[in-house]
Amino acid sequence: MWRHSALVLVLAGVVPLAAQSPTFGVGRPATREEVRDLGAAIAPDGGGLPEGTGTVAAGREVFAAQCSRCHGPKAEGDVGPALVGGQGTLRTARPLKTVGSFWPYATTLWDYINRAMPFDQPGLLKPPEVYAVVAYILNLNGIIGDAAVMDAKSLPKVRMPNRDGFVADPRPDVGDTTRKPN
Amino acid sequence: MKNSGKTSRRRILQIGAAAIGGGLLTQQKTLALETPGKLGTPLGPYGDRSPFEKAVRWRRESKTPETGSSFTPLQDSVGTLTPSSLHYERHHSGIPSIDPSQHRLVIHGMVDRPLSLSVAEIRRLPSVTRTMVLECGGNSASEWAASTAPDVQRSYGLASCSEWTGVPLSLLLAEVGVRPGASWVIAEGADACRMERSIPLAKALNDVLVAYGQNGEALRPAQGYPLRLRIPGWEGNTNVKWLHSLKLTDQPYMARDETSKYSDLMPDGKARIFTYEMEAKSVITFPSGGQTLPGPGPYELSGLAWSGRGRIERVEVTTDGGKSWVRAQLQEPRLPMAFTRFRLPWRFDGRETVIASRATDESGYIQPSREALIAVRGTNSTYHFNGMKFWKVRADGTVINVET
Repeated sequence: MWRHSALVLVLAGVVPLAAQSPTFGVGRPATREEVRDLGAAIAPDGGGLPEGTGTVAAGREVFAAQCSRCHGPKAEGDVGPALVGGQGTLRTARPLKTVGSFWPYATTLWDYINRAMPFDQPGLLKPPEVYAVVAYILNLNGIIGDAAVMDAKSLPKVRMPNRDGFVADPRPDVGDTTRKPN
Repeated sequence: MKNSGKTSRRRILQIGAAAIGGGLLTQQKTLALETPGKLGTPLGPYGDRSPFEKAVRWRRESKTPETGSSFTPLQDSVGTLTPSSLHYERHHSGIPSIDPSQHRLVIHGMVDRPLSLSVAEIRRLPSVTRTMVLECGGNSASEWAASTAPDVQRSYGLASCSEWTGVPLSLLLAEVGVRPGASWVIAEGADACRMERSIPLAKALNDVLVAYGQNGEALRPAQGYPLRLRIPGWEGNTNVKWLHSLKLTDQPYMARDETSKYSDLMPDGKARIFTYEMEAKSVITFPSGGQTLPGPGPYELSGLAWSGRGRIERVEVTTDGGKSWVRAQLQEPRLPMAFTRFRLPWRFDGRETVIASRATDESGYIQPSREALIAVRGTNSTYHFNGMKFWKVRADGTVINVET
């Protein structure tokens, strides 16, 4: 439960930074532990990814132990959503949005598993296990090979099939939007 | 004729006395007064509504009880505020139990002074109070389908309006000193899934609140106690509950709930991302699906309108299936991004008819029809449905949903 360690205040980690004068002077400097544990978000360029490596083979074991009971033995979906398949369905009447067919960034998979999975025990997996299960899911989708190893350098370089599938919000886009109120 | 005059006056007095007496008896029954009188219940520390009031949220079936949505009974609402107890909920991993004395908000990343703030410290800062709608990005998702939802609660009930109190996020950002080059704020909550969303810095500096209060008291646990983001006009999911981290960055983080979810899939297979704004919307809440008019006669038709882009400027109502539209009366004050109540006197003549409303906001944007939305966006975009809702009032007074 490494991410819960902030509950124990580790004052030794206090890092006072350059001080310009704030208006109210409230709060205290955030500790390294608070920043690490409360704000451990991962950027799409890989910023924030921790040390550790994971293989497809190791991920298969993690998945079987921790993920398959909700996502199905082959990640085909059960109580939890399908994590594979759906390629070619986004323009059909029944789109299947999965990691393989829809997710634009592999880093999002690491970030989400790390923060929110397993559903009933989020935070259970250690970084090497997260890398491993990410590798396994990417491999199931045919995005990386059987021998691929995921770490802080290789993961952000994975190009997701739907990487270019997102566009900016063009709204207002419907109807006569030029009519002015009285 | 003198005598008869006296007689008739006496008779009138007698009749009058009898009528007054009868009236009193009737009144006693109506008010259920008892003789001798009986004391009521003692005063209590925290109020509850009358046991005769039965309006409740409706909850969609979910495979896991910690996730899902509960819908506000808009058909039972009066005025423009939603009681906190009936505010819609949308949770992704349950409601955490947080001791505010143990909770901290950390602001870090591209800042001069990464700060850790207690809830008490935040509450000491200059605050503002605003009445605003909160609407789930997926509100009315049922309406994209061929068979839309049968009543106003299930079709439009993931929207509620409260008075929110909090500290402007811009004030907190000034405290930490945002560094040049920062352009996004990554917000994270303390729920089990640690909900994460990317917010453009420009919006964060404009009108976002770090809220601690709702409807005159602390936030309810289900609404993010002790701290949440309140982002005026933007989809509910960005209003991160149980807020514990704000990270200043130079890029959006492409979180799961802004890529895989809360993005809008278009007919060409591309998905719109960062579709934050909730566009103008309105719906008739009386009469609405599932209700029954007792018979022909005069009624006050009523409903709610709101827009993420500002004030409601106009609401038009049709009571003849769209052939003609008349302007409804708008309840003042019309607050920007808050529920505006509209009303229209209407006489039900006992013949079947179809009614609907459409809102125009101060930007000039007009609420579209469902067909117009689908013509542009198809039926797979899930989020941000704001089409008109048509109700059919049948000759027997029952009101049902129609898909026209």
